Amino acid sequence: MRLFGVIVLLFALLVAWTSRWTVFDAKALRDNALNARPLIAQLHVKRGAIEAADGSVLARSVRGPRGTYGRTYPTGSLFGHPVGYSNVSLGQLSGIERFRNDVLSGQGGSELGSIADQLQGKRQAGDTVVTTLDPAAQRIAEQQLAATGSPGAVVALDPRSGAVEVMASTPGYDPTAIGRPGVFRSLNAPGSGAPLLNRATQSSYAPGSTFKVVTAAAALDTGRYTPDSTINGDSPKTISGVPMRNDLNESFGDISLTTAMTNSVNTVFGQLGEALGKRTMADYMRRFGFYRRPPLDYPADEMFASGERLNGGLLPVTSPQVDVGRMAIGQDKLAVTPLQMAMVVSAVANGGRLMAPHLTDRIVDPDGRTVTRIKPSVWSTPMSPRTAAELNQMMRKVVESGTGTAVQLPGIQVAGKTGTAEIGRLGSNLTQPSFVAFAPADNPRVAIAVTVERSQGGFGGTVAAPIARAVLQSLLQHP
Amino acid sequence: MSARKRELLGLIPASLLVTAGFAAVFIQQGSLSNLSLTYGAIFLGLCVAAHVFLRIALPYADPYLFPLVAVLACFGLVMVYRVDVTLARQQAQWFVVGLGLFVATIVFVRDYRKLEQYRYLIAAGSLALLCLPRLPGIGAQVNGAYLGVRIPGVFVFQPTEFAKIGIVIFLASYLRDTRQVLVAGARRVAGVTLPPLKHFGPLLVIWGVAMLLLVVIRDLGSSLMFFGAFLALLYVATSRVSFVVVGLLLFAGGAWYLGTHVPHVVDRVDVWLDPLNTSRYRGAGYQIANSLFAQADGGLLGRGFGQAFLVTPNGGALLPAPQTDTIYAVIVNELGLVGAVAVLITYLLFVQRGFKIALLARDSFSTLLAAGLAAVFALQVFVIVGGVTNVIPLTGVTLPFVSYGGSSILANFVLLALLLLVSDRARRPT
Repeated sequence: MRLFGVIVLLFALLVAWTSRWTVFDAKALRDNALNARPLIAQLHVKRGAIEAADGSVLARSVRGPRGTYGRTYPTGSLFGHPVGYSNVSLGQLSGIERFRNDVLSGQGGSELGSIADQLQGKRQAGDTVVTTLDPAAQRIAEQQLAATGSPGAVVALDPRSGAVEVMASTPGYDPTAIGRPGVFRSLNAPGSGAPLLNRATQSSYAPGSTFKVVTAAAALDTGRYTPDSTINGDSPKTISGVPMRNDLNESFGDISLTTAMTNSVNTVFGQLGEALGKRTMADYMRRFGFYRRPPLDYPADEMFASGERLNGGLLPVTSPQVDVGRMAIGQDKLAVTPLQMAMVVSAVANGGRLMAPHLTDRIVDPDGRTVTRIKPSVWSTPMSPRTAAELNQMMRKVVESGTGTAVQLPGIQVAGKTGTAEIGRLGSNLTQPSFVAFAPADNPRVAIAVTVERSQGGFGGTVAAPIARAVLQSLLQHP
Repeated sequence: MSARKRELLGLIPASLLVTAGFAAVFIQQGSLSNLSLTYGAIFLGLCVAAHVFLRIALPYADPYLFPLVAVLACFGLVMVYRVDVTLARQQAQWFVVGLGLFVATIVFVRDYRKLEQYRYLIAAGSLALLCLPRLPGIGAQVNGAYLGVRIPGVFVFQPTEFAKIGIVIFLASYLRDTRQVLVAGARRVAGVTLPPLKHFGPLLVIWGVAMLLLVVIRDLGSSLMFFGAFLALLYVATSRVSFVVVGLLLFAGGAWYLGTHVPHVVDRVDVWLDPLNTSRYRGAGYQIANSLFAQADGGLLGRGFGQAFLVTPNGGALLPAPQTDTIYAVIVNELGLVGAVAVLITYLLFVQRGFKIALLARDSFSTLLAAGLAAVFALQVFVIVGGVTNVIPLTGVTLPFVSYGGSSILANFVLLALLLLVSDRARRPT
């Protein structure tokens, strides 16, 4: 019967069109910007947890209305910056939540794997991200920073592996509350103190004398200087045609490089910078990771490349606008993140090898199997082991008898370097104290950088060093 | 094996399907209980009761139609349950009422050929039904189309569902009378065989009525359904393809004119031509765009029962009318292309049985009636599935036996009863 043939033809048309939408055009439709399903699907996925190194939960999903999941952060504001926040309905993600979104939301697997899961009736669930973060030390860092009454940041790494153990930035915010009406706006409002800014990776500071570690590494590693090379440390000295003074305008006479480091003698390092030249300084800064975003497993646009900066852009060291003598003592137009300074000292601590910093230790699937483990990797070798050993000795002296005595720990030898950048108007006495250190000096397990954004006349050795001491103590308690 | 035994056996897969379907939905909701078995048992009980009735009343009727309807209805029940539990309960009640009407039709219209005597009454009644939604006070406009009648607090019903049966009865009767003259008096004009002018008139009248319907109820789909059924019957009655071609051209002309001049229809056509247009997404294009997104989400194998997203996180409709107009999109979303094709094949089997009855029928009214009912049923499926898949502009008719809706269930049970009545007479040994 021909009529039935026509009907079959019409139904074939229906099958053809259904196939078109379900198979042939399906990908284009799923990716269509108007299609809300992928976003809603994410709300229905039990997102994987984020855990600290000791297994305590930093972020987890909880059941919400209509089969959806919400996100809560049991530690409140403590890990707000490294962990970040996930607010899928706003489409807002940050930190580890953003960098590891694919595995956390269960999209890391293969298409085949998800079909297999579907056939087994498994619910799609995200993997857990276990971080390298240490809650006890993080808490101490946050408390100590908050006690200064100024914004600031602390970054502590294991120099042997690059594992980030502390990443604290104040002021903080509570990622659980971020989805509540008005909270996100108020956190971004002018005058809020920029609590969403991760000062450890996004704020750049004048490193001050902590940068002398970089200058000293360049001087020793080129083979042109030894720790015992003597240089005149009188004050003032004309550097780049402008007089440079030591602290309190103190003159030291002819002193060794070690002594100059111990007492943070500006004029010696100013001369070193001029003598080494821009090319050599630029080379060593690049080796430490300056002039590019840190190789951290963290969203790229939430990190800042350190270096000389002018009008918000990076300025090459070789530019005529760079005063290499003042850059060598951490001034000029240097803008450096606390993370970058932590990387510098961790390279010294690890015998000259800079390990790639990382926040993720491993990724564990919902069945408890470790899917990925982040292996420590050497990111660069800024200096020879010998240079590192010499710098190690020089930095011990800073803590033993120099500007950094406040970081001394009973029974543990600490190596460090202070920094005190003057900010604000001349004579305002506003400073930006910083401190870098590693310990134990003969077998370093922790490298740390501390920066306090504003202090009324405080020094790196008096304001930042005690914070470093407290955090080091906590991190060194357990082997 | 006797026809009735085959029918009884055919009911087993239907009951298994309803049990398995409810079990799947319960598992998804995290509360599996023996309730699914209970539902399956109740369903089987109802079907067996209907079967026993058929055994007595229509012992020679086609054995496959009723099980096919049972499969569709139980599948529809599961789908509606998955969308909205309350609606599914109502749907189940309608199913019982539908079975009652089914029995009543078979009892009271035993000699369906008497319907011929009332053909003009039936035609007038059907047209009146179609115009009801335009009456002030009780008419209900949905998305610009006038398809529903609402008597507040009493009921809402869709007159098109009943009108389609009435019109098929009328056309079958009318064409039985005029088929001979249509064929005998045909002349060839410029190579095309045209019916004699005297009888061309009535055909034009029917075309005019279809066009008028398009204007009155403003729904391209129902109009296509009615006119398509008419052309199918015309072809069965006269075996002249040329008549059908002329009819199609007339319809296409009318549809083109209305599709470019009636604002509501123009919107529908615009959306049809470009369903994913960004500027229309928040308005007229939302339903079809989300219907397509839902189908893409389903893919080849689907997400599984209960896994499709029907509401947005803040409770708004992600897929509008999932229990009626777009239920096919939900089916594709949850069961994939594979499940959707299975549903379409079930419909095709039903239609095939309908045409088979038409072939077996011993008088031309019976043939025309069975073919017309099968055709209008097939076209209804085509219009709604074609709309949801954007083969044609989306219009609001139901997917027979699957969509939620009392009128749809009742009318389609009457349709089934008529087909079985014709079938019983055709297969009765003489």
